[in-house]
Amino acid sequence: MALKNILITFRRYCPLLWNLASRDFTLKYRRSFLGIAWSILNPLLMMLVLTQVFGLLLKIQVENFPVYYIVGSSMWTFFSEATNLSMSSIMGASTLIKKVYVPKYIFPLEKCLFALENFIFSLIAVVIVMLFQRFVPPATALLFFIPVLYCFVFSVGIGLILSALAVFFRDVVHLYSIVLTIWMYITPIIYPIEVVQDSALIYGIIQCNPMYYYVGYFRDLLMYNTIPDLRFNLICIAFSLGALALGLLVFKKTQDKFILHI
Amino acid sequence: MAEPYAIEVKDVSMHFNMNKEKLENLKEYFIKFMKRDLRYEKFAALEDISFQIAKGDVFGIVGLNGSGKSTLLKVISGILKPTTGSVITRGQIAPLIELGAGFDMELTARENIFLNGSVLGYSKKYMQERFDQIVEFSEMQDFLDTPMKNYSSGMVARVGFAIATMTIPDILIVDEILAVGDFRFQEKCENRIREMLEGDTTVLIVSHSIDQIERLCKHCLWLEHGHIKMIGETEEVCNAYKKG
Repeated sequence: MALKNILITFRRYCPLLWNLASRDFTLKYRRSFLGIAWSILNPLLMMLVLTQVFGLLLKIQVENFPVYYIVGSSMWTFFSEATNLSMSSIMGASTLIKKVYVPKYIFPLEKCLFALENFIFSLIAVVIVMLFQRFVPPATALLFFIPVLYCFVFSVGIGLILSALAVFFRDVVHLYSIVLTIWMYITPIIYPIEVVQDSALIYGIIQCNPMYYYVGYFRDLLMYNTIPDLRFNLICIAFSLGALALGLLVFKKTQDKFILHI
Repeated sequence: MAEPYAIEVKDVSMHFNMNKEKLENLKEYFIKFMKRDLRYEKFAALEDISFQIAKGDVFGIVGLNGSGKSTLLKVISGILKPTTGSVITRGQIAPLIELGAGFDMELTARENIFLNGSVLGYSKKYMQERFDQIVEFSEMQDFLDTPMKNYSSGMVARVGFAIATMTIPDILIVDEILAVGDFRFQEKCENRIREMLEGDTTVLIVSHSIDQIERLCKHCLWLEHGHIKMIGETEEVCNAYKKG
């Protein structure tokens, strides 16, 4: 019965979810000359800079390095954008929360959807790089939505936790930007995992990193014509659902107090 | 009574922890927590409030600044969760607590109408059907595609009122909003509220304008320091309040 009520409310506020996401989208590009093209240009330019730096200076040996990098980084950008925006979503919606009753989880969820929208645009950049490199993606690429879904659920979970924490402790906002930087470097995005295989410690840490699995999964499908096995999938699902469950719990416990702190 | 009440407020108390100092810092919080030095001052904004509002009633709430009127409205509309007690509302609530709540000032009026509609839980199709009616009521035809940050507060209020009253909600909550806008628009709003009264809508009004309360309301509640001072027919309560 309770679950049914939750679903009914969710359905009622679905249009709000879409309207907020499309608001973010229009506002992001309003008044910029190139507009929506930035969604594609941005990852492309970043890729140019980073592949030059890491490819030429550090002599990283990966086949099709530009493709390797942009596939990994698009997934990472999706996660970091989704969680970062979710984190300040409750504070950003304070005027609304103070005045109208709206289910509060709508706000972090909306930011994750918005990040997903941006991610889909960045896939165009991935295709452009593939064309440029004359790289033909294998048939498994069609399954790309599976790791995206895993990563989305994971991001919603982390986003819920962060958005709740940030309401009570603004420090979280500053702390998380550092956490994200560290997190990015322990995710094989600009380097192949083989680079760290000699160090058991770092290798072990990376194995505990959920993003390693999502990024790896995405690359396996888009570049290496492999579908990860059942065990790999179960690890991904465990991380996603674990984060989501924890997020919902933290959020539910704290949401009634938000209004006193924003 | 066969007809159930539209709003039932049962033993509602609302306490706020007023921090002696504002702790928004993890380090400070941790230090204070370890020293067991987290001091709060309890502040009761509402204390043991119970009353019912019958369906179709127009109910006014009066009281001085800080007597808990807005807190009570927020509890009724579900924004605040009461510390103890419960509120039962039957039917859809269109809250008017400060007009223009769901507006994003960067967006145009057209975009905001749809955004605000969805904040209130209406579908896009539903809003499209009523779009013209809203525009007409707010008289904002010429400024539809101007970002709302360029609007005056009166203009924002017009659009807000038009959206909130575009349908006949079961429960309408009005908080001081009629204070903005020129006299002609105030009149228009009052007429609209009267129209609703002819239907089944239950209206809850908070206002400092005793005239307005006397004109519109049937029953009245007088709040003082979070307690009910008096409740009953508008005339009696208002007279006592004016003396009071």
